Amino acid sequence: MINLKAMRTLEQTTKEILELATKHFKAAPGSLQSGDDFYKKLGIDSLQALELLSRLENHFHIELPDYEVQGVSDFKTLAERVQARL
Amino acid sequence: MLDLSKYSSIGEAVRDALETWPREVCLYESDRGEEKQRITYREFKGRALLLAKWLQDSGFRAGDRASIIMTNQSKWLISAYAIFFCGGTLVPLDYKLKPEEQWTLLKHSGASVLVTEYPIWRQLSGSAGRAPAGSVKTVLVTEAPVGADLAGAMAWESAKATGLPIFVPRKRDDLACIVYSSGTGGTPKGCMMTHGNYLEQCVALTSLYPFWPGVKYLSILPTNHAIDFMVGFFGPFTCGAAVVHLRTLRPEYVREAFTKYQITHVSLVPLVLKNLQKGLQARFDELPAEKRRLFERLRSVNKALTKSRPILPLSRALLKAVHAAFGGKLEAIIVGGAFTEPQTLQFFYDLGIPVANGYGLTEAGTAVTVNDLRPFRADTVGKPLPGMEVRIVNPDADGIGQVSVRSKTVMAGYLNEPELTAQTIVDGWLMTGDMGRFDATGHLQLFGRKKNMIVTEEGKNVYAEDVEQAFDGLPVKESCVFAANYVWPSRSMVGEQLILVIHLEHGQSFTEDLRKDVAARNSRLINYKRIHGVVVYDEDFPLTASLKIIRVALAERLGKLNREQLIQPV
Repeated sequence: MINLKAMRTLEQTTKEILELATKHFKAAPGSLQSGDDFYKKLGIDSLQALELLSRLENHFHIELPDYEVQGVSDFKTLAERVQARL
Repeated sequence: MLDLSKYSSIGEAVRDALETWPREVCLYESDRGEEKQRITYREFKGRALLLAKWLQDSGFRAGDRASIIMTNQSKWLISAYAIFFCGGTLVPLDYKLKPEEQWTLLKHSGASVLVTEYPIWRQLSGSAGRAPAGSVKTVLVTEAPVGADLAGAMAWESAKATGLPIFVPRKRDDLACIVYSSGTGGTPKGCMMTHGNYLEQCVALTSLYPFWPGVKYLSILPTNHAIDFMVGFFGPFTCGAAVVHLRTLRPEYVREAFTKYQITHVSLVPLVLKNLQKGLQARFDELPAEKRRLFERLRSVNKALTKSRPILPLSRALLKAVHAAFGGKLEAIIVGGAFTEPQTLQFFYDLGIPVANGYGLTEAGTAVTVNDLRPFRADTVGKPLPGMEVRIVNPDADGIGQVSVRSKTVMAGYLNEPELTAQTIVDGWLMTGDMGRFDATGHLQLFGRKKNMIVTEEGKNVYAEDVEQAFDGLPVKESCVFAANYVWPSRSMVGEQLILVIHLEHGQSFTEDLRKDVAARNSRLINYKRIHGVVVYDEDFPLTASLKIIRVALAERLGKLNREQLIQPV
């Protein structure tokens, strides 16, 4: 059986995260880049960042422990953490 | 509750608590909505004594220092009690700090033992800061996977020894904790808190907000923070109450915990309280017109009937759905760590949810004033707690001056910083650096700060000096970071911001490249430490003979200029 999840590349994961964040925080389509600091770019606080994590968990069907994302503030690193758990 | 006047130390009081309520549950631990464990006072004692015996067998003695760097969980409190049982001094550190910062504080504190969690230790052990922090000899790591490389540490779960440990008594004046109120970049401010400080604070707080067996306190603020240490550990334990820990702090699990555990008390920082307000308001706005009108009428009735004091049974009956969302047993939300806007406080009080807002600082043993809710006053931070003497130093024409505090709860001083201590505690009075005045009814109102620092809505104290390192080496003649309100006093405690002041070389201009350099350095800082804007100042900074910037003089000069015109966005 083909495992679709395992076939995601880091690039795809990043793309999906950017899309989810765009939708969740109602950002302008295409305005988010992987290197962006999501606190700064989206103007969100630490609680809203936690909401985003829950969205990512549901989307990717993974568990992201709080400690894994401690100190992470850019989409690229976030994508790497997600990718490592896929 | 226990009669705390009988005890000389935290360890002694908790030891009695464990004997007084053996069958009561003291800790609940839940992860993603699933309860992982519940521990009675008797079980807590059993687990802590195993660790205490191991510590004693390993040579841990009275006065030795042990640090905890953990998220909120049962092993935090068990380890803390084991340390106190052995007569040790606890150094609780913020698990959210960077590893290098944690090593700096570990070294400064002189801790010989470190108790931490596996994911944190993974970061810490690989950090370059580890080598110079020579004082830490023993590291205990919780939740380490079987077979994991612990990089010189050992598993917390295996740190047990047979036989009973010997309780080591401490005096009230002995050091209980070294609590860092800030200073990872500049001067570490390690507040030396005595056992007496905590015993007195606990008596004062519980006289206004008592706990009892049956109370369930939801522990969300980090336990290293003075508030959670008091109301999420020492306070509830001396009253036979229970503490609920969540291993995943997401809004949805927090919401669920309120109803699942029928939480009675919780402490929140203003940011979280405001977020809750936003969520509730959105739900009210979605109500169909008819229901909305009914809700507004009920809220008005509640407001009118609870004007002079809270009447919880009435509020719960009137606004049933709102209270049910909080589990129906909520007695009070304790808000602290930073200033809370009056409209947020009023919003909750009008719904019949008392918010215990107050004012405090680590140096004063946490709370100095607390609103007694008789009547509720959203525009003040309440009256001084019993045992607190508070006075306003050098008041201006409006009666506003520096708030100073004298009390048995005030710290012994800053660790290894006699000069800073002498500047901060003058003739027995703690100079808080906060500006305030008393109104006619004895309530304290706050009007900005005298200190070059900001406090974020998340309750983070950020000293301007601590942020400066990030801009070291910037290609300019000189630079300095200020809290904007320190330069331009605004009499406000909200929306505080940091600014970077730069003095360019002769002939240099503030180019786009330079702005980008500033922005890049800024983005490497953790979000709450970031500067808000840049001020280009075209005069030499006033310097001491040893070429240090005289901040007061520079702030004074800048203060004469127009704030709005000066600050450029990063």
